[in-house]
Amino acid sequence: MAYDPTDPIHQFQINRIVPIRIGDWDFSFTNSALFMVLTVAVTAAFLYYTTRGRGLVPSRGQSITELTYEFTANMLRDAAGTAGMKFFPFVFSIFMFILVANLFGMFPYFFTVTSHLIVTFALAMLVMAVVVGYGFTKHGLKFFKLFVPEGVPGILMPLVVLIEVVSFLSRPVSLSVRLFANMLAGHITLKVFAGFIVSLSAFGALGILGSILPLLMVVALTALEFLVAALQAYVFAVLTCMYLNDAIHPGH
Amino acid sequence: MFVTQAFAQDGETTDHQPVTAEGANVTHHEGTISPDEHGEGFPPFNPEYFPSQLLWLAITFGVFYWLLKTVIMPRIGGILENRRDRIALDLEAAERMRSDADEAKAAYEQELTEARNRAHSIAQDARETAKADAEKERKRLDAELDEKLEAAQARIGEVKRSALGEVDGIARDVTDTILRQVANIEASQDEIASAVNQAGS
Repeated sequence: MAYDPTDPIHQFQINRIVPIRIGDWDFSFTNSALFMVLTVAVTAAFLYYTTRGRGLVPSRGQSITELTYEFTANMLRDAAGTAGMKFFPFVFSIFMFILVANLFGMFPYFFTVTSHLIVTFALAMLVMAVVVGYGFTKHGLKFFKLFVPEGVPGILMPLVVLIEVVSFLSRPVSLSVRLFANMLAGHITLKVFAGFIVSLSAFGALGILGSILPLLMVVALTALEFLVAALQAYVFAVLTCMYLNDAIHPGH
Repeated sequence: MFVTQAFAQDGETTDHQPVTAEGANVTHHEGTISPDEHGEGFPPFNPEYFPSQLLWLAITFGVFYWLLKTVIMPRIGGILENRRDRIALDLEAAERMRSDADEAKAAYEQELTEARNRAHSIAQDARETAKADAEKERKRLDAELDEKLEAAQARIGEVKRSALGEVDGIARDVTDTILRQVANIEASQDEIASAVNQAGS
């Protein structure tokens, strides 16, 4: 069953590795699940291993761990204040998970976990659930003040509230689609240009010469994709921090 | 183009999703994944694997969160806290040492000033005693010299006197000799003495 080697969609295909079926639900251990496990295992192992020395003067690996830790801590503190630091493990987990999953996607033949909408949507919904859950347990009905900004004239209020509600409801969608679309589009573009190289080189000497162009493009895109991988993890984490800030200080 | 394909696929999959026979069929062919391999449309929109992805995401992310929260982050936090404490401690120690050094320097400078003053006064004293001693010595020498001078003058006077006393005798002898040798005159001692006395006065 030969598939087209230049097919840009093939990389997103999910395959069952260990089929598991409970009732009507298919919970198979797939390549996606494998890479989730790998992401978690590698990240946790790295973080654990690099801090084994508990060095007063950090080693190189420990430096990386400390940098990401403090980077995330500062990001959360800037966005949500010191009260937001109780969510630090949550934000750090999200950031590290997405970052490493994205970067794993940059390896050839690796599956990109975050290129599936359901995964990013689940993460976004998790963030929203934490925001809404914490908001209501902490502030009760005062959490609705989030939708009622202060200093708005009475006539405009219904309109403003409507806009606020719609923007709040669209948050999980924008949050998940942004990450998903970036990873998907980037990987497709990479694969399309890489496919050009293969297709062009089939046309003899002239084709091989012509394939230099898409090759350069692929090199440039790879660099760009590394940037996007880190940037999207950062964006997701920053937005998470901001939404958490809403839950902690709903009155703006 | 992808979108239309995906939409078509969506319709198709939702159509045969509830059919468990299809799913069971797929699980049967665990080695042959050909049914999923092609003709399934756009994989990210294929709901067939949604439950599996959700479950495994929940498991892996849950474990990840738990690991970070209970093991790894306290560890990193501890390291950073430890370092912060250590730096604060070191800074405090450095501050204390600096103030110690400042104190020591002040004490040293004070002592130096005192010592300098003392040295100055000692030198002053020494100079004054030396001067006084010198003055005393000078006076003593002066007195001694005066004494010696007086004695010398007294002796000179004596010598002069005795010399003058002898001059008459010499003059008499000389006169006697001259008279005898030159003039061949024999004169008595008395005559010579009176003549000398006359010439001398």
